Parts: sequence; structure tokens; C-alpha cells
Amino acid sequence: MLLLRTILARLATTAVTLFGVAVIVFVVIRVVPGNPIAMMLPPNATAADIDRLRALYGFDKSIPQQFLIWGWGVLHGDFGTSISLRQPVLGLVLGRLPATLELSVMALVMAVLLGGVAALTGTRKRGTRVEAGIDVANGVAMSVPDFLWGLLLIILFGVLVPVFQISGRVTPDLKLPFTTQFYLVESVLRLRFDLTADLLSHMFMPALALALPLAAIIGQLLKQSLKETMHLDYVTLTRTKGYGENHVILREALPNAILPTLTLIGVQFTFLIGGTVIVERLFSYEGLGNMAIDAVINRDLPLIQGIVIVFALLFTAVNLVVDMTYAALNPRLRHA
Amino acid sequence: MPRSIPGCVMLDGRAAIRRRLGLRLWLSGGWLALVLLAALLAPWISPQDPLAQDLMSGRLPPFWVPQTEPGFWLGTDSLGRDVLSRIIWGARVALIVAFVAGTLTATIGSALGLIAGYFRGWADRLISRLVDIWMAFPPVLFAILLIAVLGPGLMSIIIAIVVIDWTRFARVIRAEAMNQGAMDYVASAQVAGMPRGRIMLAEILPNVLPTIVALLSLEMGISVIVEAILSFVNLSISTDQPTWGGMIAEGRISVHQAWWVLVFPLIALFLTVLSFSQFGEGLKDRFDPVLR
Repeated sequence: MLLLRTILARLATTAVTLFGVAVIVFVVIRVVPGNPIAMMLPPNATAADIDRLRALYGFDKSIPQQFLIWGWGVLHGDFGTSISLRQPVLGLVLGRLPATLELSVMALVMAVLLGGVAALTGTRKRGTRVEAGIDVANGVAMSVPDFLWGLLLIILFGVLVPVFQISGRVTPDLKLPFTTQFYLVESVLRLRFDLTADLLSHMFMPALALALPLAAIIGQLLKQSLKETMHLDYVTLTRTKGYGENHVILREALPNAILPTLTLIGVQFTFLIGGTVIVERLFSYEGLGNMAIDAVINRDLPLIQGIVIVFALLFTAVNLVVDMTYAALNPRLRHA
Repeated sequence: MPRSIPGCVMLDGRAAIRRRLGLRLWLSGGWLALVLLAALLAPWISPQDPLAQDLMSGRLPPFWVPQTEPGFWLGTDSLGRDVLSRIIWGARVALIVAFVAGTLTATIGSALGLIAGYFRGWADRLISRLVDIWMAFPPVLFAILLIAVLGPGLMSIIIAIVVIDWTRFARVIRAEAMNQGAMDYVASAQVAGMPRGRIMLAEILPNVLPTIVALLSLEMGISVIVEAILSFVNLSISTDQPTWGGMIAEGRISVHQAWWVLVFPLIALFLTVLSFSQFGEGLKDRFDPVLR
């Protein structure tokens, strides 16, 4: 009962947040000087042309009116029509979203693996040079953002030792048998591992660039929690029973130390998704973020609005899931 | 087994940590001082005119490659402009953005955080709701959108950074101000009849200042990156002003023909961002009473 009330309250604040995002994007791209229609048309367009187009996209109405029309459409699944691509926004966004989701999840998996290994190794070798080395690596990985890691990886694995692809999502002349946009998932399901390899070779560097800062944060926090747990009485008890250090860390300390890290991963995952915008651009990866930058450059108002709302939905959904998982995992919150 | 006696390991480790911290502060501070000098002395120390184009000497490799032309230490880009001179002049834009945008963001964000965390009530509800909404935007997209709207230029970049990043300070300082507000010294100041606005500025602010300073240093690094990202998507300052991000964007395109056009500005950017964050962390640890 209480859980249900918490969920409803969270949904209400989420709705307010989404509404706020919608209002801000809508106003920001309209209030400021600059006529989107004039930018769309060639310089020799007549005033009549401009008026016709303005009416077509509804820009002749007042901003509150435009917002209501747009909001009504969104609630009915109609996000308007892209100006530059002349297609429904929803279809365009849904066509690109899977690429971004696959990239983000891949990056998350890499971050958890790298961070987890760093934390466990650091705990196993605590007080030694190995731990000091891991600390320094974490510090560097954490302070340098995904954009710079992407550029460094391009030089390392794209130019110096060219083992990975530095541009695109898949080699262009490949024949793709896919029916959905989840290429990676589908290539595995169809057992087309040649395509999986090609997709991974394109995805490796952008995903690693996104993963490195998060891996460092995970590694640092998890190691800290593990080291604190290692001093608790029940862990000492396990050790006096004669269990080895690996067993103590993995079986006894880890389950208790992991909760703060899980919460952190949830919050940081939204930052990671936000990072896809520039990293996709850097690697010419055909995802939502890359399309968003083109939309801004082309002043494609309906498309910008649609993409920002989808990102905001994604962020709030991730936060919601994290909060629920945390409530379900933490017995103290469950019965509070 | 030293590891079974936690206290000893901690004490041992602490001395090592302190030595490492000192080195970190010196190294990062040294690099930042070098960049600052380069920015200040750019007209006198840059070996070439950073804007001078010479298509005959385009894509010259750096000095250690045989048969390159002397005078272009780090090579030239596709238009024959000197890479080293452009990096030196690019330091100006980077540092102006870092200091102005960083300071403004820190001031506005911390002020809102202090108000929300200490006064609570409707101010806190309003500010926290705004932070929630801001956190639902992908920041890079938000920045690009703002620049598209404000028009390119140094001023636009600074405004965009402040508008987007104030939440970083507001969130952290709000939490710190809440912690401080619950402490005895604040309660006693209230009992003594001190006005709440003065308590906030004279009692709480000094105690959250180390955090603000560390975050400020971090924010300066972030500002440099934001400028580079905006230059990279071609939305920063006019194209004839040398910026590290603009150089990187050019270098990314011709990376297979002339790697040095990408690598050298990238190294400058990498070290500067890393130094800002390490310098901030180092300062914070200096101020941290537990480590001191």
C-alpha cells in the first residue's frame, strides 16, 4: 500500500518534470530572435511562401496556442512533422532510439565490468602498489570526460593501431536482414555472428569512451564500500572459519557492499546516456544524439522538441526504475 | 599480517596519500601556470602568426621528422597554419571561458544551493524542482541548443555554461548547507539572535567554501571541455579565432593524413582538464581537516 503511494507520488513528480522540460524547450527555441521558417527556405523565397509554410507548421499562432496543439498531439502519439526530413518525428526518433540504447547499455556493461574488476582487485591487493596504481588510474579516468576519451581512442585504435572502426554503426555496404533497429540484439538472435562482429567493432570505441569515467566512479565507490565491509565482525568471523580471501571478498563482503554502488550506477547511467549526444557525433554513429545535433543545426523545431522529450522520458524512467529497485532491495526502506 | 590490523594500514596509507597529494597539487598547478603564461604572453612567444595561411606549406609534420621546414615546431594544418602558435593562442579562449564561466556558475549555483539548503521551505521546493527539470536534459544537447539560439560567440558560450551547469553547485551546496544548518554552532547563532541571512553568509558559507573551491576548479575544466565540444560541432566562436576545440574538429577530419593536427591540441586539452580537476581535489584535501 505504502509502496503504491510512493510510486504514485514519484509518477506525479515525474510528470511535473517532463512538463517543465517541454515548456522550457518550447519557449527557448521560440522566444529568441530568429525565424525558423526563414532559415528553412532559400533566400529568394517570397513573403507568401513564408506565410504559407508558417501556417502549415502552425508557427502563425501564439506560443501558448502552439504549445497546447503540440501537447495535445504528443498525448495522442503525434509529435509533429520534421521540417528538414519531412517525416513524422515519432517515426524518426523511434528509428534512431534503438541505436542509442544499444550503445548506452553496452557502455554500461563495460563500465560495470571494468569498475568491478578494478574494485575487487584493489580490495584483494589493498595497501600495495597495485591498489595505489588503481587509485591513480581511477582518478585520471574520472576527471577526463567521454569526449576526450573518444578522441584518444580514435588516435590509439583508429590510427596508431587500426583495429576498430572509427566511424558509423555498421559497414555501409553490408546487406542487413534486420526487421528492427536493434541490430546488435537481432544479429545475435539470427545467429549472424559476422554481423555481430562488425557491429561490435564499430561500437567498441564509442562505448568504451562512455564507459571509462563511469567505470572509475564505480571502481572507487565499490572499493571503498568493500574495504569498510572487510572490517566488520561478521567478515572477520568468516575469516576465522578458515575461508580464503577470495571467498571472503566475493561471497561475504560484496553482497553487503554493493547497494550504494547500485544506486550510484542508476544516477550515473542518465549522465552516460546524455554523453551519447557528443560521442555519437564524434564517431558518426547513427543514433538519436547525432540526429539531435543535426536537428539543431537545421533549426528543425519539431524534431528538436521530440528528441529532447524522448531523452527526458528516458532519464526519468531510469531514475524511477533505480528508485524502485533500491526500495525493493533495501529491507529498511521496504518496511519504513 | 598488517592487513588484519586496520588502524595501522590506515596510518601508513595516510602518509603515502599525503605525499602523493602534494605531488599532484604541484604537477597540476605547474601545468595550469604554464597554460596561463602561454595565454598571457601569446603575442610575444608564439613563433608564427596563428592565422597566417600558406597553402604551399600545408600539413608539414612536426620538427623531429626529417625534411620538414624549420620554424613550425609542431607542424602545420591543412591551410598551412602553425599548430604550436594556434595552441598558444587557443589557450586564451580556453582560460577566459574557464575563469569567467567557472566563477559565474559557482557564484550563482552556490547562492541558490545555500538558500535552498539553509532556508528550506518554498525556496527549496522551487529550486529543487528546477534542478530536477535541468537533470532531465542531456547537457550537451542543451548547450548546443542554447548556442544555436544565442548565436555563436564567447559571451554565448559563457551564458550557456552558466545556464546549464549551475545545478552542479546547487545540488552539492544545498546538501552541505543542510548538514551545516543542523549543527550546534548554527543553532547557537540563532539563539543569540543573529539574522538568518547573516548566519548563512558568515557562518555557513565559510564552512562550505572548501567544497565550492574544489567544485569551481572542476567546473573550470568542464568549461574548457564545453567550449571544445561547441567548437567541435562548429558552434563556438568565429572560425578564424584559434580554439583547441576548433583545431580538434579539423584534426579529426584529416587524422589519417596529418595526425599532429589532432594530437597536439588534444594533449593540451587533456592535460588542462586533468589538471583543473586534480588541482581542485588537491586543494580540497589540503583543506580537509581529517587528512590534515
